[in-house]
Amino acid sequence: MIRHLAIALSGFIFAIGLGVAEMTRPEKVIAFLDLFGNWDPSLAFVMGGAVLVYAITFPIISKRDRPFFSPRFYLPTRKDLDKRLIVGGALFGIGWGLGGFCPGPALTGAAAGVTSAFIFVPAMLIGIFIADRFLQPKTA
Amino acid sequence: METLFTPVTAALGGALIGLAATLLLATEGRIAGISGILAGLFNKDSERMGPLPWQALFVGGMVLGGILLALFAPQLVSSEVNLSAGWLVAAGLIVGVGTRVGNGCTSGHGVCGLSRFSARSLVATLSFMTAGFLTVFITRTLGLGVFG
Repeated sequence: MIRHLAIALSGFIFAIGLGVAEMTRPEKVIAFLDLFGNWDPSLAFVMGGAVLVYAITFPIISKRDRPFFSPRFYLPTRKDLDKRLIVGGALFGIGWGLGGFCPGPALTGAAAGVTSAFIFVPAMLIGIFIADRFLQPKTA
Repeated sequence: METLFTPVTAALGGALIGLAATLLLATEGRIAGISGILAGLFNKDSERMGPLPWQALFVGGMVLGGILLALFAPQLVSSEVNLSAGWLVAAGLIVGVGTRVGNGCTSGHGVCGLSRFSARSLVATLSFMTAGFLTVFITRTLGLGVFG
């Protein structure tokens, strides 16, 4: 039970963090991406705050034999730089710049009843489904 | 689009995001990448917690967070962006496909990956940031989407 709660609490804190950081306001995201317009650098501080915390805690935690509630760590092991990484990233950036939503804030916004997120999130889930169903490398 | 520069609350919110990612890592050993977590909802191989994949619990927590934000701090989730449904659907589809093809988004590659000094995440982050800057520059110049 505590295991379930810890996962849900992580998601909860994540969403509150997105709200406090105002990443849940697409206009804030667009203003951050608008380098040559009325640029608002606030979101760089969101990344800064998050990276600062996780860069400190990650090495400490990952040194343990295992996490508290699960048998092992599930960490990315790939090191190769391939075309999919760059093309996928670029596609994501285009969608992010168009709508002002990345996945976390979109989900949080939809839960908060933001109309545009209601439309964005189902489309995003369909995109995720399509990519995983039809666009994964055959060897995977 | 004129918004206020809010470095303190931005950093504080970021720290909360880092804390949430830390909690998930410490308890489950998982990376808090939202696109990957959402994809896990559809993956029949995802580890179950009762009847649901573990990702559903995380998403449930996020949904609860979103509801509380709407109730107690609606100014943080109300949007002034007027985007047509067509643009929203296109943006959503592209974000969904892109994050899966590139294996991550702002949280997985951006926050968690950069903190782990992952070269893959650095490349992905540079790619989506550059594309985001260019997209907004182009749409503003041409009067499309948000700027149309």
